[in-house]
Amino acid sequence: MELAVFLVAAAFVLVGALGVVLSRNPVHSALMLVLTLFGIAVLFVQLEAGFLAAVQVIVYAGAIVVLFLFVIMLLGVDRIEGLARDPLVAQRPAAVVVMGAVVAGILVGVDAFSSSQGAPSMTGSLSGAGSNVEKLAEVIFTRQLFAFEATSALLVIAVVGAVVLSRRGDADSVDDGAVGDDGDQAVPPAPRGVR
Amino acid sequence: MTVTDTWYLVLAALLFGIGGVGVLVRRNPLVMFMCIELMLNAANLTFVTFARALDDVGGQVVVFFVLVVAAAEVVVGLGIIVSILRRRPDATADDLNVLAG
Repeated sequence: MELAVFLVAAAFVLVGALGVVLSRNPVHSALMLVLTLFGIAVLFVQLEAGFLAAVQVIVYAGAIVVLFLFVIMLLGVDRIEGLARDPLVAQRPAAVVVMGAVVAGILVGVDAFSSSQGAPSMTGSLSGAGSNVEKLAEVIFTRQLFAFEATSALLVIAVVGAVVLSRRGDADSVDDGAVGDDGDQAVPPAPRGVR
Repeated sequence: MTVTDTWYLVLAALLFGIGGVGVLVRRNPLVMFMCIELMLNAANLTFVTFARALDDVGGQVVVFFVLVVAAAEVVVGLGIIVSILRRRPDATADDLNVLAG
């Protein structure tokens, strides 16, 4: 049973990942990303991380992918990207070779994992009594409390930053997207923040 | 045939590799961003696998924080991409060279 679930979820993950990379349409890439994220959530359930599986579906598949799709639709960049031409000579084979070497290095490390393991249950036991959420909460709200508060500050900063970045600004300082014919010119520096 | 932790780690390595190739190969900044998410998920899968292997809840706590930081990163990154693509709707990663010397 576990084998069957793993194989199906792994197939979802890998097919989705390949779909993200190989799809020519960004919308298809985003939908393939959902497939991968659901597969990862299934694997989380199997790895006794039920809370993280729920968060994975809600935050990643629910919020982040919707944000991606929203930006794609908002900007209207959902046209086909020409994958046939290769602007840099031999970039794709080089990329595959480099990442293949990285994966090979990781696999060597995975192979070494079977003989070297760390001390178990340093932060807290995962298999004791109580639910997964209780154990996570105990660590987050005691040992990792400062990190937890720091992430809340990070979220506020991110929200403010996103608002500032996407603000239209004054009519005279921002051309209202009328550019588009001078595709080869460099991006002009943003004329904001001068006053 | 039982599913050992090694299987999960190998799957995470493959996912990381696919995401890395995507970041290196694709030119649409949005798709590059999605590939970065793939790589983050591969790292998350590794963390959760080791959390179970070592019977340690710390690995899952790290994944929790990674999820939060990934959400913040996506918000800011998409804000930057929106502000760039609003000026130049057909910009690819190769065109954003204002910092090139």
